[in-house]
Amino acid sequence: MSTLTWEWPGVHAAPGETSGEVSIEYSQPSESLKIFGFWLFLATDMLLFACLFATYVLLHTHTAGGPTARTLFDVPGFVAETFILLTSSFTSGIATYEMRRQRAGSVALWLVITMLLGMAFVGLEAKEFVDYVQMGATMSRSAFLSAFFTLVGTHGSHVSLGICWMAAVLIQVLRQGIHPQTARKVFNVSIYWHFLDVVWVFIFTVVYLTGVVM
Amino acid sequence: MWEAIRQFGDTYLMWKEGPLIWASDVLILLTIAGIVAVLTYFKKWKWLWDEWLTTVDHKKIGIMYLICALLMFFRGGVDALLMRTQLALPNNHFLDAEHYDQIFTTHGTIMILFMAMPFIFALFNIAVPLQIGARDVAFPYLNAISFWLFFFGALLFNISFVFGGSPDAGWTSYPPLTELGFDKGPGENYYLVSLLISGIGTIGTGINFIATILKMRAPGMTMMKMPLFSWAVLASSIVILTVFPALNVALALLLIDRLFGAHFFTIQAGGNPMMFINLFWVWGHPEVYIVVLVAFGVYSEVVATFSRKEIFGYKSMVASLMAITIVGDLTWVHHFFTMGAGPDVNSFFAVSTMAVGIPTGVKMFNWLFTMYRGRIRLTLPMLWTLAFIVCFAFAGATGVMLAAAPADYQYHNSYFLVAHFHQALIGGVVFGMLAGMYYWWPKMFGFKLDERLGRWAFWLFNLGFYVCFVPQYALGFMGMQRRMYTYPAVFGWGPLNFISTVGAYIMGLGFLFIVAQVLYSIKYGERDVTGDIWDGRTLEWSLPSPVPHYNFAVIPYVTHRDMWWELKEQGRTQELRPRPEDIRPIHMPNNSGRPFLLGVCFFVAGLGFVFAWWLLAVLGLLGVGACLLARSFETHDEHDVPAEEIRRYEAQLGRL
Repeated sequence: MSTLTWEWPGVHAAPGETSGEVSIEYSQPSESLKIFGFWLFLATDMLLFACLFATYVLLHTHTAGGPTARTLFDVPGFVAETFILLTSSFTSGIATYEMRRQRAGSVALWLVITMLLGMAFVGLEAKEFVDYVQMGATMSRSAFLSAFFTLVGTHGSHVSLGICWMAAVLIQVLRQGIHPQTARKVFNVSIYWHFLDVVWVFIFTVVYLTGVVM
Repeated sequence: MWEAIRQFGDTYLMWKEGPLIWASDVLILLTIAGIVAVLTYFKKWKWLWDEWLTTVDHKKIGIMYLICALLMFFRGGVDALLMRTQLALPNNHFLDAEHYDQIFTTHGTIMILFMAMPFIFALFNIAVPLQIGARDVAFPYLNAISFWLFFFGALLFNISFVFGGSPDAGWTSYPPLTELGFDKGPGENYYLVSLLISGIGTIGTGINFIATILKMRAPGMTMMKMPLFSWAVLASSIVILTVFPALNVALALLLIDRLFGAHFFTIQAGGNPMMFINLFWVWGHPEVYIVVLVAFGVYSEVVATFSRKEIFGYKSMVASLMAITIVGDLTWVHHFFTMGAGPDVNSFFAVSTMAVGIPTGVKMFNWLFTMYRGRIRLTLPMLWTLAFIVCFAFAGATGVMLAAAPADYQYHNSYFLVAHFHQALIGGVVFGMLAGMYYWWPKMFGFKLDERLGRWAFWLFNLGFYVCFVPQYALGFMGMQRRMYTYPAVFGWGPLNFISTVGAYIMGLGFLFIVAQVLYSIKYGERDVTGDIWDGRTLEWSLPSPVPHYNFAVIPYVTHRDMWWELKEQGRTQELRPRPEDIRPIHMPNNSGRPFLLGVCFFVAGLGFVFAWWLLAVLGLLGVGACLLARSFETHDEHDVPAEEIRRYEAQLGRL
């Protein structure tokens, strides 16, 4: 695979951009273009979450006589979720670091650790949701709960999709090693993962902390 | 068994609904049979698959968008004529209330999302890579996905009329009317799901063209040397990226309400319908700019070309485009001043709405100053541009009237508003899209559309437009509200409505002339042998028509804003001819059937969501997942076009 000459017609690096230290994921114009495109996608995804946050903030007091945030949220549960996800962001960062040092085995290991942490996070969140539903706090109970389940659930399904995507990237890294194309894939899945972490920080603050404190 | 079939027929195929449905059924079946028969008779199935369904070539995708846009223009136009027929006379019962509701809903939705949007994407695809000296868009595969998501979204929306019932709550689909409690049928689900599917595709297009314009320009083409149409596409794509997520969220939340019993926008359990209306218009108003900015881009190209002058105030044109992208995002509340948000909020949005008029005015004057002392040629694109300037000036004036919040309490949702936004969207967008279509048609197909038939179409459509919509301003003042399906004679609205209907039919006649013009020109249209039939200014006119699939044999080095025009002035056009020794093998993206299959999977999943047939929905989504995974594992998605083949092809075109 090292003989691949990924060259995209019409892509012209600015003078000086190709010389010197360019990390491997940016080393081919076609790959760096895809990273740029992915940043644009993240911008739209961020706006999607912004709309869901706005909806939640509007509706979070509309409990219709049902459970409120304060009575519902379980502090140890969401703290554990937070620490697990923050740690997974760190481990995916190490995977990127190892990718730049061209160490495929190490990249694979850190991706696996990241995925396991991600699965733990999703598992905890699923358990949290099941508990709520068993307490009668379903999505159709009140506008607050509709907004809560949709916002947090959208984040959770993003994480789940991220795990599947990471698995696909993992297999490619194991099979093909690190070359500009797989490096770009590791990089993209990793910035996606960090992005989900940032969104979670906002969910932690706006939904959970505000919910139990206010 | 027989009973089950009858049940199915009544519920989904709506056989009890009467002749309108039967006629549609028959027409659809005849059309399908006709297409299948023609493809089979001429043995064109393989050609269809290889050349079109699997293509990732931006020019072909552009042509497919154009065909769809024209078909949807026809469908939306038929809806309009049905409505105008119903309203022609007082106490008319040509349509019943139910069908009237469905038809005004599909008319609005189709015209905005399935006519205007694919029309602008057609021009994005056809012109942008050629203008900026690129061989394709940044992500050709994603481009194909965007098209097929649009296509299957539109298909899903259109079949609703004969399969389960169309949406009937207006193109704005306001809850709580659209909640399950008031609107039980599948129509509303059709609206939500099909717009979601095509909305995902639209975001893909926005990403694609921002990346293309920012990263794929030919060497030497700095941003300030870029043609204004490409600038307009950049502006439009930025707005797409900014606001389409809001539409998708609004639709998804309403769908969750309807399918899973949530309470975002219901009136019970603490829901707030105004949240939908805000999210909808956070997208909905900028949507107007998404489409009209592209039209502005077309006018800038057309005016400069047919006045044989550099565009007046290039930098102010760019600045005003960017100003509109920003200010246009901050005006959405003017769609519901009557919400009762209070004088402070309404004042802000009234002022921001009027402020959009300033950069728009700058552009208007720049076009006029470009024409001033120019050597104007009244070709079809130029005629439509001139018609736009008049029409859009009126739209702007009535827009400022509507923007005055206290006065808006009078105009709100009246026919005054209906007339205003048709003037903005037809006069601004449709005229622009038609100008763009005439302008780039020779580049796409290698022949020009017939001038004589085009002039008939132009005059009929324009006269029809004013006959149709000017009476509606008056009707608005007389108290006629939008979406009424009939009215009593005592109100005295009859005569003006009748005139308006006559106007609508004249516009329909104009459209038929466009159809005739296309058919006539395929055989008799003037052939474009030079590739520069309009004496154009930008890079696309340096290429032969139709353009070879790799666009540029050698990527040009750009030194001037109107590069091609400058070279012609200086007699240096030979510099853009490829020299044999400069021709290298070209990497081109491979065709792929997957974007099409992905669209099919989305369609299947969509149908599952519409009718809550969960097995179908899960199957469709699994298919989507499979397509995405298959793409992830694809390593070789490009091929080399050998230099020898390019040389041979260029020599054939007489360019070597």
